Amino acid sequence: MSDAFPRGRTAIAGLATYGVGEAPGQTSMELTAKAGLLALADAGLALRDVDALYICQPDDFFAGLSFAEYLGIRPRYTDNNRTGGSAFMSHVASAALALDAGYIDCALIAYGSNQRTSGGKLATKITSNQWDAPYRPIFPLTAYALAAQRHMHEYGTTREQLAHVALSARAWAMTNPEAFARDPLTLEDCLATRMISTPISRADCCLVTDGAAAIVMTRTDRARDLAQEGGKPPVPVLGAAAAAWWNSIVQAEDMTVTGAKESGARAMAMAGVTHADIATAQLYDAFTINTILFLEDLGFCAKGEGGAFVESGAIAPGGSLPVNTNGGGLSCCHPGMYGLFAIAEAVRQIRGEAANQIQGVDVALAHGNGGTLSSQATVILGSAATL
Amino acid sequence: MSGPEAHWRAALAEGRFLIQRSAAGKAVFPPRLMAPGEGGALDWVEASGRGTVHSFSWIQQRPPEPSYNVAVIELDEGARLMSRVEGVREGELAIGQRVAAFVDTAGDAPLLLFRLEDAA
Repeated sequence: MSDAFPRGRTAIAGLATYGVGEAPGQTSMELTAKAGLLALADAGLALRDVDALYICQPDDFFAGLSFAEYLGIRPRYTDNNRTGGSAFMSHVASAALALDAGYIDCALIAYGSNQRTSGGKLATKITSNQWDAPYRPIFPLTAYALAAQRHMHEYGTTREQLAHVALSARAWAMTNPEAFARDPLTLEDCLATRMISTPISRADCCLVTDGAAAIVMTRTDRARDLAQEGGKPPVPVLGAAAAAWWNSIVQAEDMTVTGAKESGARAMAMAGVTHADIATAQLYDAFTINTILFLEDLGFCAKGEGGAFVESGAIAPGGSLPVNTNGGGLSCCHPGMYGLFAIAEAVRQIRGEAANQIQGVDVALAHGNGGTLSSQATVILGSAATL
Repeated sequence: MSGPEAHWRAALAEGRFLIQRSAAGKAVFPPRLMAPGEGGALDWVEASGRGTVHSFSWIQQRPPEPSYNVAVIELDEGARLMSRVEGVREGELAIGQRVAAFVDTAGDAPLLLFRLEDAA
């Protein structure tokens, strides 16, 4: 079964992040709406042009309805997909299909949270299921710890290798003014942080920050017209695919292999690209083990070799595969769900406006993760040259 | 007529650990209405209660509260579940260790736990 996808026929026409880090005194909806308005302005569009909303907020199960009401628009289509932090990659997939079909004309995909200044903890109402909860795992952290422990057992992955994911993320963040954590970090620092749920210590966990992001999607021909009128160069969507393989990590057939293996292969096939074409990868790094698993499952290295790959410096500044060039969820920002920020950084790299700009990026990959390595979704974005 | 989950919980309350099995012989847990991915009927069988530690994590608490473990157990029948291995301290638990199930009735609801097989 192959996927039908309108390769390059839809594009990201506008983009914004807002309030990344700390945004005291602002509600999640205020941050989200501000990012949405900025993204529309970036595209050369206005609120009245939006006819489809895509959103997933951590603390509002009716966020699509709340957002439409707040903006004062009546969308023709509202998508409140709840597949966790990968929801935004799924939004790109379904928005591309609806735009190409002519079912909608302008999609606003937005996210925002004030969870750092409103409480400082991950704000989620999602918990372990009734089979896991009696044993008191820390949700979602312990699920990632179980996967990391198994990966260490099967492949000899070490805590030092996990730490290298955090070190690489920090090295990128140190030269990104938007990143929240920019202090120097050493291997010794990482290994000395407080253990939380073995083998995951504090340094293996993403940040808890505030922040909002939004992108605007239209058909590529319209995005080209907007660019001519002063908007930004369109960033065509070459492929997008999602995979849902389990909810509880306990039900994973192999907890060291995620659905990224499926979503990545499908998205790359749609896009017609190989690994050599991908200039940079933005991978949802909720925990350090994520980056290792996704590098393997997306095919940037063989299964079991992710630890050695990151230890070699391959994903750090100057490495062969620049990963999470904004600092990622580990060092740039993580306002509860990071997926849309990975997409934003991929778009910036293609536009040539990233803080840590990689030279000549024509193809970028953004990968999202939701739940406990449960939902995986991959988006491949390109420059105009890829059409 | 109650559903599979209530059936399983009622058995556990009697000290019995049940799992389900598909027509093809595949062990299924947690209890379901149908064979996952197939849709066929499932039969109840007594679980052997024997298995191995597939993965684990020690969750750290603020001292003086001790750390406790969360373990994924692979039953000999093939299904996996989350549980806790009792009677071990941090450092004594390892992937691949043999474990045996028991039902702890001390709490509000009966709870399926494991201990190392050589200690059982």
